[in-house]
Amino acid sequence: MDNPARAIILRNMTHDSDVLIVGGGLNGPALALALAQNGLSVTVIDALPLETRDDAEFDGRAYALALASQRLLQALGLWPALADRAQPILGIKASDGHAGAGPSPFVLEFDHAEIEEGPMGYMIEDRYLRHAMLQAMAETPRITHLSGETVVAQEVQPGAATVTLASGRVLTGALLVGADGRKSGVAERAGIKRTGWDYGQTALVCAIGHEKPHHGIAHQFFMPPGPLAILPLPGNRCSIVWSETHEAAAAIQAMDDEGYLAALRPRFGDFLGEIHLEGTRFSYPLNLTLADAFVAPRLALVGDAAHGVHPIAGQGLNLGLRDVGALAQVVVEAHRRGEDIGAIDVLERYQRWRRWDTATLAAATDAFNKLFSNDNPLLRVARDVGMGVVNALPGLRRRFIREAAGLGGDLPRLMTGRPI
Amino acid sequence: MQPAQTTVDQSEVAKFEAMAAEWWDPNGKFKPLHMLNPCRLDYIAAQIAAEFGRDLTQEKPFEGLRLLDIGCGGGLLSEPMARLGAEVVGADAAGGNIPVARVHSEQSGLAIDYRHTTAEALAAAGEQFDVVLNMEVVEHVSDPLAYLTACRQLLRPGGLHICSTINRNAKSFAVAIVGAEYVMRWLPKGTHEWNKFITPDELFALLEQAGLRPVDRKGFVFNPVSWQWKLSDRDLSVNYVTASVKPG
Repeated sequence: MDNPARAIILRNMTHDSDVLIVGGGLNGPALALALAQNGLSVTVIDALPLETRDDAEFDGRAYALALASQRLLQALGLWPALADRAQPILGIKASDGHAGAGPSPFVLEFDHAEIEEGPMGYMIEDRYLRHAMLQAMAETPRITHLSGETVVAQEVQPGAATVTLASGRVLTGALLVGADGRKSGVAERAGIKRTGWDYGQTALVCAIGHEKPHHGIAHQFFMPPGPLAILPLPGNRCSIVWSETHEAAAAIQAMDDEGYLAALRPRFGDFLGEIHLEGTRFSYPLNLTLADAFVAPRLALVGDAAHGVHPIAGQGLNLGLRDVGALAQVVVEAHRRGEDIGAIDVLERYQRWRRWDTATLAAATDAFNKLFSNDNPLLRVARDVGMGVVNALPGLRRRFIREAAGLGGDLPRLMTGRPI
Repeated sequence: MQPAQTTVDQSEVAKFEAMAAEWWDPNGKFKPLHMLNPCRLDYIAAQIAAEFGRDLTQEKPFEGLRLLDIGCGGGLLSEPMARLGAEVVGADAAGGNIPVARVHSEQSGLAIDYRHTTAEALAAAGEQFDVVLNMEVVEHVSDPLAYLTACRQLLRPGGLHICSTINRNAKSFAVAIVGAEYVMRWLPKGTHEWNKFITPDELFALLEQAGLRPVDRKGFVFNPVSWQWKLSDRDLSVNYVTASVKPG
């Protein structure tokens, strides 16, 4: 072994895992499960300690899972643990609210009965989703879950991707996946640049309890400062996503709970009776970031690491799970035909599949938000007419509902509830 | 080992690594092969799985099968077959390819037996395989029947022979020669001689003459919209692939 070049080659002959995933949020574990259930070995590296990830307290965060996302969770075997805790979304009402003047007469109503697939989606609390994923990972033999470990360096060689952890441990894999959020260290270390826009808005997120039942209806009020979404949770509870300018949001977030509710009530209206806060109040500045590439040799990005979108329609997690479904399918198919799963031509199949979809949605979400977060009277007339038109045309209405359910476009197989 | 030899070896390794990188660059000189590869692999994997009763969703489904890849080049088929668990011999008549393929398989952590030899020489040496891959070779040989006979001799009874080539008709002339060599510049001019192309019926007849039983044929069809190759049951007008077995 006196040839150094050869020594380097031989060092890479076996990988610690087929795939190394950086990020232990929701997309990372979902991808780990999809890959491990199809024969690949996976290591998930999570910067957060397990106790934090598995905190059982309700902290006010919840997700609107599109039907396609729910099917993916079903295909991964996660749904039985979640079904009883999920609230089906049976209808969506979107209206153009004039602040202080009540909602406009033009209301868009979508009922799940208009499509044959069932509810448009489900509301699920973050804590249940996190717990179900952690438990499933622990029960899956091919998954190694490292908690409280951060990556300090990464390197790509002809036969392997290598990461170095803060603890000094070095791990190798055929493929490195960045599921580490909109400030992705994996992308940054790989020199992948990001393009981004700030919306000048902050989302205020909380859960409320209310007097009257919500009947499974999600509401979206479009108001000049930004949209207010009211999403039904099990029982007489709703998740609120409420967007304001950075300044207004900071002022509201600084108020005590009573002041906060006093600010919310006139926007919310009284259709659910008296309201009170449950769990913690969160605030997130809204911006859109798009990685210039989703893949590089031996490297792929999923979820917010690839694209952070405005959570105007709860699309962040749904888009992320679409990435998971697509990348898992591309990698598993490549693995089954014996291809090198980290080869750039394999990974480009994933990028081709997801990048266009994501860029279109980002642009549409951006345009949609600009159209609705505006008090320009001409735009207001245009969108009221637009809503009237959509309401009047059943074909267009069904299309909107299917899009909301995440059923549009080229769906990964897992999102149809089938195995890869 | 003597220091002088080590130095020579190192520079050679660097050269072969550069050539391997070229072979394996999906957008490089061998781009057309890389584009066709997933489609070829799907066919090969499915045929082997069907013939030997293997489940492709299992780990290393081809474990225990001995496979020969004739005209292995940089190892574009040999490596996937080794990854699926087969014991692979990669043979190429062009000796320059062998160290290149070897260096890349070592980078990939795969043990593949690459040899500078021909099908006829391996047959004469009495080598035996469960599977012989004979992809895009037969249109380059001078005596197809003698060559296919050697392929049959290399198989154990019940063994599987997969052979792909290019059809001979006006379309294949337009697509494979004018299109691929002159218009798209995918292949160097003079890569193919149209009159050496073989129709599927002629190939089936040759396989039978060589003592093999043809069992399947499919077309490889390029879709310019999805920019991908797909398998086709009906369109064998240009590139196509066949499976045949050695009775036994």
